[in-house]
Amino acid sequence: MNITVTVNGSARTSEVEPRMLLVHYIREVLGLRGAHVGCDTTSCGVCTVLLDGLPVKSCTMFAVQADGRSIMTVEGMATNGQLHPVQAAFHSEHGLQCGFCTPGMMLVAKAFLEENPAPSEEEIRWAISGNLCRCTGYQNIVKAVQAAARNMSEVSK
Amino acid sequence: MFPSQFTYHAPATLGEALALLAEHGDDAKVLAGGQSLIPLMKLRFAAPPIIVDINRIPGLDTIAEEGGSLRVGALVRNRAIERSDVITSRYPTMAAAAPMISDPVVRNQGTFVGSLCHADPQGDWGSVMLALDGSVVARSVAGERVIPIGEFLDGPFTSTLRADELAVEARVPDPGSEFAGTYLKLERKVGDFATVGVAVFLATSGGTVTKAGIGLTGVGATNIKATAAEQALVGGTVSDALIEEAARLAAEAADPRTDIRGSADYKRDVVRVYVARGLRAAAATPVA
Amino acid sequence: MTTVETAPSAEHPGWMGKSVPRIEDARFIAGRGNYVEDVVLPNMLHMAILRSPYAHARIVSIDSSAAMALPGVVAVVTGALLAEHKLAWMPTLSGDTQAVLATDKVRFQGQEVACVVAEDRYVAHDALELIVVDYEPLPAVVTPQAALEDGAPLIRDDKDGQVDNRVYHWEAGDAAATEAAFAGADRVVSLTTFYPRSHPAPLECCGCVADVNPASGKATIWMTSQAPHAIRTVFALVAGLPEQNIQIISPDIGGGFGNKVPVYPGYVVATAASLLIGRPVKWIEDRTGNLISTGFARDFHMTGELALDGAGKMLGLRVKMLSDQGYAYADAQPSKFRAGLFHMVTGSYDLPAAHVVTDGAYTNKAPGGVAYRCSFRITEASYLIERLVDVAAVEIGMDPAELRRMNFVQPDQFPYRSATGFVYDSGDYAPALDLALEQVGYAEVRAEQQARRAAGATKQLGIGIASMTEALGAGPSRDYDILGIKMFDSAELRVHPTGKAILKLGVRHQGQGHETTFAQIVAHELGIPPQDIVVQEGDTDNTPYGLGTYASRSTPTAGAAAALVARTLREKARKIAAYLLEVAEEDLEWEADRFSVKGAPEKVKTIQEIAFAAYTNHPQGMDAGLEGVKYYDPPNLTFPFATYIVVAEVDVATGEWTPVKVVAVDDCGVRINPMIVEGQIMGGLTEGYAMAAMQQIAFDEDGNCIGSNFMDYLIPTAMETPHFDLFDTCTPSPHHPLGCKGVGESATVGSPAAFVNAVVDAVSHLGVRNIDMPVLSSRVWEAIHAAPG
Repeated sequence: MNITVTVNGSARTSEVEPRMLLVHYIREVLGLRGAHVGCDTTSCGVCTVLLDGLPVKSCTMFAVQADGRSIMTVEGMATNGQLHPVQAAFHSEHGLQCGFCTPGMMLVAKAFLEENPAPSEEEIRWAISGNLCRCTGYQNIVKAVQAAARNMSEVSK
Repeated sequence: MFPSQFTYHAPATLGEALALLAEHGDDAKVLAGGQSLIPLMKLRFAAPPIIVDINRIPGLDTIAEEGGSLRVGALVRNRAIERSDVITSRYPTMAAAAPMISDPVVRNQGTFVGSLCHADPQGDWGSVMLALDGSVVARSVAGERVIPIGEFLDGPFTSTLRADELAVEARVPDPGSEFAGTYLKLERKVGDFATVGVAVFLATSGGTVTKAGIGLTGVGATNIKATAAEQALVGGTVSDALIEEAARLAAEAADPRTDIRGSADYKRDVVRVYVARGLRAAAATPVA
Repeated sequence: MTTVETAPSAEHPGWMGKSVPRIEDARFIAGRGNYVEDVVLPNMLHMAILRSPYAHARIVSIDSSAAMALPGVVAVVTGALLAEHKLAWMPTLSGDTQAVLATDKVRFQGQEVACVVAEDRYVAHDALELIVVDYEPLPAVVTPQAALEDGAPLIRDDKDGQVDNRVYHWEAGDAAATEAAFAGADRVVSLTTFYPRSHPAPLECCGCVADVNPASGKATIWMTSQAPHAIRTVFALVAGLPEQNIQIISPDIGGGFGNKVPVYPGYVVATAASLLIGRPVKWIEDRTGNLISTGFARDFHMTGELALDGAGKMLGLRVKMLSDQGYAYADAQPSKFRAGLFHMVTGSYDLPAAHVVTDGAYTNKAPGGVAYRCSFRITEASYLIERLVDVAAVEIGMDPAELRRMNFVQPDQFPYRSATGFVYDSGDYAPALDLALEQVGYAEVRAEQQARRAAGATKQLGIGIASMTEALGAGPSRDYDILGIKMFDSAELRVHPTGKAILKLGVRHQGQGHETTFAQIVAHELGIPPQDIVVQEGDTDNTPYGLGTYASRSTPTAGAAAALVARTLREKARKIAAYLLEVAEEDLEWEADRFSVKGAPEKVKTIQEIAFAAYTNHPQGMDAGLEGVKYYDPPNLTFPFATYIVVAEVDVATGEWTPVKVVAVDDCGVRINPMIVEGQIMGGLTEGYAMAAMQQIAFDEDGNCIGSNFMDYLIPTAMETPHFDLFDTCTPSPHHPLGCKGVGESATVGSPAAFVNAVVDAVSHLGVRNIDMPVLSSRVWEAIHAAPG
């Protein structure tokens, strides 16, 4: 099937098998390697990307379903060489270790902060609870989201 | 994890979708949110030859009160239920359950009606619908029928929806003017299926219970409606003694199995405790 | 908590103890990491594995003709094909054997039976469904107790001389002295408990890309390996390939936790397939494959008995342990210790006598016994003693903190020789305990607990303490090896003409922050800023030989090597500086990043100036360049310690429980990068909580694995994971060049007992004395209902 998907702002047209999962389309057809695969059961969230601005687990969607829609991956977070505040905060707060869950976590955080710019710790923990991390114990991820929220609100002032 | 091959259809209208289902019958599987179906296909526990993706059909994604009931379209995501003002203010049992469905990212895709069609006895929405006396609207080329949820849920992972039918909508009766409800779920972690889930609903008039609904999750081959407990409540005034009696009857209605989540005795006792807690919480926070 | 610092300051000169933000982050936050799955080669094929549905069955036949006929399938590899090349079996890291692909029998559910190699991964999985295997089911042995009964089905009938299912019998300590101690005791308390099978479950599963060049014979294998050098040697021995023709590259690794130490069948078959087909072959494991077949951890059945005098002084410890090894003995552990370092079971306590008896048994389960965020079975040992001390406290009516304090090894006893033969390097346990008690508000929480008990509250409160000591940093070559290869580690340092440097290590990080921490070590010793240093690991052609990263050994071994090689370079730099400044070497003094002439501080040469001279103006007779290599054989293990305290709230009606406060006081000696150390501790605490609360690889009576995906094998999310309050004390290691002890695993080792102690403490007034992990709500409820009241 021929599909056209807007990926990080650019329209991409490809021929795919209907059964191809969105994550394989992103990784193998488009060559964007930030989305990973960590489970078989829609549990871990390391494949998370934004579909029309909302996080989805790209292992649990067929690429053909994204035809005509818009996707953002971690590769699209930085603009003009500037890290997104969420990316900068994951670095400054040591919100990552092995880095495998990081792209999905950051995309979830980005979408969440757009909906809730001043969240509590509890709200952040709730928002990232569809994404597993095995290294950090989440605490520094929470700190990173808090730091990003502060930085984003200062910028918007 | 790599699904088997299938033929993909993405009908643009309801009519096209129904025609496809009429043509292909059991060979076709409807794809809505896909959060139950696609994992099964990846594990190759399911390998439908034909997928009918209904996501491009307009008009199936509305939540609205109309004709004496709440109508939830086939493409309403759990995310939308969680954030719906009408549900938050008028359907507290649904509002309490919504944030406990799977996890936040899955809720962005998964649908309410799709979850009902999946008929997982550990699914939460079936119990909520049993407590609220909801129904499912099934459409086919032959017409439409409204199936009460108790008749719709037929067994583990089976419903009475015919292969040529599409569940286009779920309906929940108007709760009236004095009502309360909640959903309690014992899960081992976010994203886990319920060890035990309890949906409760009470409608009252001047302190007297006029309608009661109790649905149980994870303690039987389907979601269970605790009918005897409901009947015990109706006509009474909510008191500790009545709550304990209803909780005892609900626990009797449960038919749990011992498994890695706990023993049958444990689950039955949690039903008792949760029904009591749910009724107490509901009685304490009525909407009038 | 720490604040981030990026440069030396007047207050904090040098680079030690600085929370330098991680250098490696840049690629990960941009989605530019390079994990095995990101390796794509031209003409690459994909491999998928067919696994056994049975725990124990004879293979009657395998028919792969339909799979072979599927368009896109290039090969189907079976055990029979491998046997023709003498590759059907391979050694485990404990010197046992393990099947690559089953030939005679399958011995656990999920065992590798055949592999499909195809042009496309979807097609490879289509082909798996077309392979027809005829099995003759056999009775499965699913517990080690059943395995050792007379007449139990023999699992390893492939091994000459193996007449039963016993793997080993091993003892440590002094039986007679321990008997005498028990004979003189006023009180004996005991605990029988099971540390269930767990799985490290890094978010990235295992995988490899094997590329054997048919012309040159060179095999380049990108592999998820925590120990690439050791794997290269094993490959040379198994496959008979010349070692110079094998290059193992561990690219970025998405978490390891011990799971990525062993050699797995997928690696071997992919390499063999590439060799036979002449094209690169990629194998990426799925989650079920990871959980069902790769290195598990724990699975120890333990009984501990503690002898005490009337005042609560510990006199002796007696331990029996039965280990469930699965069908192969595949612990990644030093060869002379059959149950790893389980004999560290005396923990933080001055026990005059101890005797530890261990047995291992084969069962129809996956092999493993990997050091899951743990120094070789110390996690099980620490859990047993820290639970046992709590049981003793209840039995003799003493406060568990006091009982610990009065039995601690005292500061003046170090170096302390334990009753089972360890020599603890340094420690000061009471201050860590006291700090933790203070931070948790011990007296207030105990008062609140009493109030809730008196009120008969539904939500009861419990306090769990664990004061753990572990032994890590393996290790001294006299005692520590893997398959005979000594457990030294290495560092190679080259300073470039412009004063920048590359540091190459024999270890391989998986998120531990080596690219920053080890750069800081060099920065500390030579004054080259960490940002100017590249740390390279994981490529066996381009790094010195080492045993890898696990068992918290990187800083104790490779970190020491990095410091020492940097010091060697500094001494050469002194000679060059003396030549440049035309003074005698002894007239120079070093500060931070430069040599200056004593008494003439304006005459200086910075390390950058010296490095340039090393290539442009070095003294005649001296070798040019500024580089060196150091292989470091540690004189002893290091012995970090900690006190963890958990306050848990338990709903006695439903058994649900929540940790409401978690205080950790860790002493890992000198901290190089406190931010990274704290990250390690929080990760460790989370996995400790996970094991206490939910993680378990369980089996039914037929040996079917219940826990083969993330719906059944539970990993905590941010919602369940508690908030942690971290504190520290510092007792340097006397023998490590920087005083460091290692920290990656302390919290995983020590904290499970604190969580379980807290839950048991909350319901101990109801008569509950023990609840085995994972402490699911159902188990709490059942313990309350079974208690005498």
